[in-house]
Amino acid sequence: MITIGKKQTGRALKDAVEKLSGVDLSVCFQCKKCSNGCPVAALTRSRPSEIMRQLHLGVGNELLASDLVWMCVSCETCSARCPMGIDVAAVMDALRRLAIERGAPKPEGNVPLFNRAFLKTVETFGRAYEIGLISAYKLGTGKLMNDTEKFPVMLKKGKIALLPPRGGDRQVVKRIFRKIKERKGATA
Amino acid sequence: MKYAYYPGCSAESTARDMNKSALAVVRALGMDFEEPRGWTCCGATAGHQTDRLLAVALPAANLAKVQDMKLDMVVNCAACYNRMKVANHEISAHPQIRQDVRDALDRDYDGSVKVRHLLEVLLEDIGLPAITRSLKRSLNGLKVACYYGCLLVRPPGVVKFDDPENPKSLDRLVTAMGGQSLEWPCKVECCGGGLSLSRTDVVVNLTGSILDMAVQAGADCIAVSCPMCQSNLDLRQQDINKQIGTKYQIPIVYITQLLGLCLGLDSGELGFEKLMVPATNVLKKVEANGHE
Repeated sequence: MITIGKKQTGRALKDAVEKLSGVDLSVCFQCKKCSNGCPVAALTRSRPSEIMRQLHLGVGNELLASDLVWMCVSCETCSARCPMGIDVAAVMDALRRLAIERGAPKPEGNVPLFNRAFLKTVETFGRAYEIGLISAYKLGTGKLMNDTEKFPVMLKKGKIALLPPRGGDRQVVKRIFRKIKERKGATA
Repeated sequence: MKYAYYPGCSAESTARDMNKSALAVVRALGMDFEEPRGWTCCGATAGHQTDRLLAVALPAANLAKVQDMKLDMVVNCAACYNRMKVANHEISAHPQIRQDVRDALDRDYDGSVKVRHLLEVLLEDIGLPAITRSLKRSLNGLKVACYYGCLLVRPPGVVKFDDPENPKSLDRLVTAMGGQSLEWPCKVECCGGGLSLSRTDVVVNLTGSILDMAVQAGADCIAVSCPMCQSNLDLRQQDINKQIGTKYQIPIVYITQLLGLCLGLDSGELGFEKLMVPATNVLKKVEANGHE
């Protein structure tokens, strides 16, 4: 069931999502095809079709704490199957960006930290560096021992690179990240 | 035939076997692959979950390099392929994004470089008849569950790869190699992608049901074309067995590893030793019946 408290409603979230995703939320007629095809909907409290409806009804920032926001695997099955051609996956991307901007609570597993750690290695080396990313993520979450039993085997098999990647054009990547920070600064 | 080849970051690390086998196959088929100098990360899932311009500018930096080479871009990693295609689409459809990308890269890029997956190049440019003629060994009826995952086929309007619900590219190759490609319901299901570290529980849940279906269909192995699918199904197979009490031992091989074997290449040239679940059954079946 979808409940929205009187004090919780706010058009602002709907407007921000439509602007960021380019999606017209009002064309959704709740056929629930997105939820039926969603691989994680069986594991989450909220489902894609409910998120769409809540947005349309004017829910506020509390939606950004929905577990689906960061459990969505970006598989795009919802977008591919929507009979109205709504890019539901773009709505989920918009919700993730807004969750960061508006300081929504940290989700289980801390995917935002994983994303920051991933992008930091890209900004530094020009290419993703898996061991750097894994270390930064583990330090940030404190789950240092997870998966450690796999590393010796992976290293022995050459299944993961020990040293950071070389050869990437670091200048162009640094410029992209700098420009994005400048834009964020200008709109903040 | 010459192409600009974008390996993607995992080709240098967790998917060295994907890269090694792809390059070996390409050499054997007489194709010429050249890497764009200084290629950089496409941003992957973290990029598009974080910022729309970042999600387009990171792939565009590589597309612009390839434009200078005046070649088509060939990508093997399904995730990179997806990001390149989406970037081209965004830049072509939205003049404002093209302008923002120009500002971020300090050069213009018009979204026109042709991006193709290695499978498309193999099937369209070389073609099944020519591939079949080059084969030196047969898969000998090996039962293969072809697994495409998400990013190769979605969003269908943008990637335009095969049939988005029931793709057949991998199956056609497997059949041409003398294997038996299985009908099974998980071809385009999701493995959990980039949640492998952050939500291992979700990945184990999704990959567990994919393995279950492949086993029920009678598969000897699962053939993939995406490094994330490979690692989630192979590297996590032990975790799946531990958590849901199964005893799966099903090799997750890259399609280029199978093709390489059938082209007569040695398993060592194809990175078979890197698989966590050994593909002993596959090698036995193919190598025992070689007609070199």
